[in-house]
Amino acid sequence: MSDSTAVAHAAPEHGHEEHPAFLRHHFENVEQQADAAGFAMWLFLLTEVMFFGGLFTAYLIYRNWYYPAFVAASHQLSIPLGGFNTLLLITSSFTMAMGGWCAEMRKKSGLVLCLVLTFILGLGFLGVKTVEYKEKIEMNHVPGFHFSLDSFTHPDPNNPATAKDQPLATDMARHTEIYFSLYFAMTGMHALHMVIGIAILGFMIFRAQAGAYTEGHVTFVENFGLYWHFVDIVWIFLFPLLYLISRHS
Amino acid sequence: MTDQKEMEAASHHIVSPVIYVVILFALLVGTAATVWASYVDLGVFNPILAIGIACTKATLVVLFFMHVKYSSRLTKLTVFCGVFTFLTLIGMTLADYISRAWGSW
Repeated sequence: MSDSTAVAHAAPEHGHEEHPAFLRHHFENVEQQADAAGFAMWLFLLTEVMFFGGLFTAYLIYRNWYYPAFVAASHQLSIPLGGFNTLLLITSSFTMAMGGWCAEMRKKSGLVLCLVLTFILGLGFLGVKTVEYKEKIEMNHVPGFHFSLDSFTHPDPNNPATAKDQPLATDMARHTEIYFSLYFAMTGMHALHMVIGIAILGFMIFRAQAGAYTEGHVTFVENFGLYWHFVDIVWIFLFPLLYLISRHS
Repeated sequence: MTDQKEMEAASHHIVSPVIYVVILFALLVGTAATVWASYVDLGVFNPILAIGIACTKATLVVLFFMHVKYSSRLTKLTVFCGVFTFLTLIGMTLADYISRAWGSW
């Protein structure tokens, strides 16, 4: 009994000095540890693909089913706002990628700058999204008791996006509510991912200022980058699918 | 310190900022192209082109921003499995959708 206790105590002392402090004892080396963490992150992202995949599948089927309603409802979204948001998000992915490079190259101030820029661009995206949601509330385009069919049964001739739209019959116009349910579900879940990402970015900015990621241990920055780029990819699909349906009609 | 840096460089590829700038530029061009294409009447090819551009942009992000091009075969296989499973599930759902007499009951 006492022998085995002595052995257990002696083991960690041995060989403790020649590896970096961030290397966990159950990994052989830093590379193996980073590979394991990266693999786990990708497995998590696959669950995210399946999660958003369900929403995209629902969108695809309803769009085929109620195409005229989806066209009319899509024309209510602003391409300049959606396009500007795409720009913000793509640029934030770039600054995040640059942040990863700064961490690898052990440039502390560069990393902090990149993280702050990513943080600001992410907040900018959510700000534009708020403006868009506010407009939908004012137009009574939020699914529920106050949902109004007026914009679809009587398209606004003064709005260039809807001027050429044919008025929808009431039974088809009702299906615009399905479009807006999917719009809020998909952009809402995407925005929730952004909020979580921005919160983690805030935490990372403080840690980065303390020099946490520029001492050779870049796994956290690397894996957060994977998450942030994934959220970017979701938006890359959401933008054409929600905003750009049949704009030439 | 130098030894440690060399070891890291050997164990994993550090993507150059030049590549990131090129990819950023390609993604911006892709965004402009997808907006432009939606205003051109291509009939059934409108959504196909939109999805095509989006897939190209997503592939660029996965390969370069997410470093899959420079990653281990395990990571590449993982990503491929995810895409494959997703497409299988969508394909099977749509096969059910087209082959059913919706609305006739």
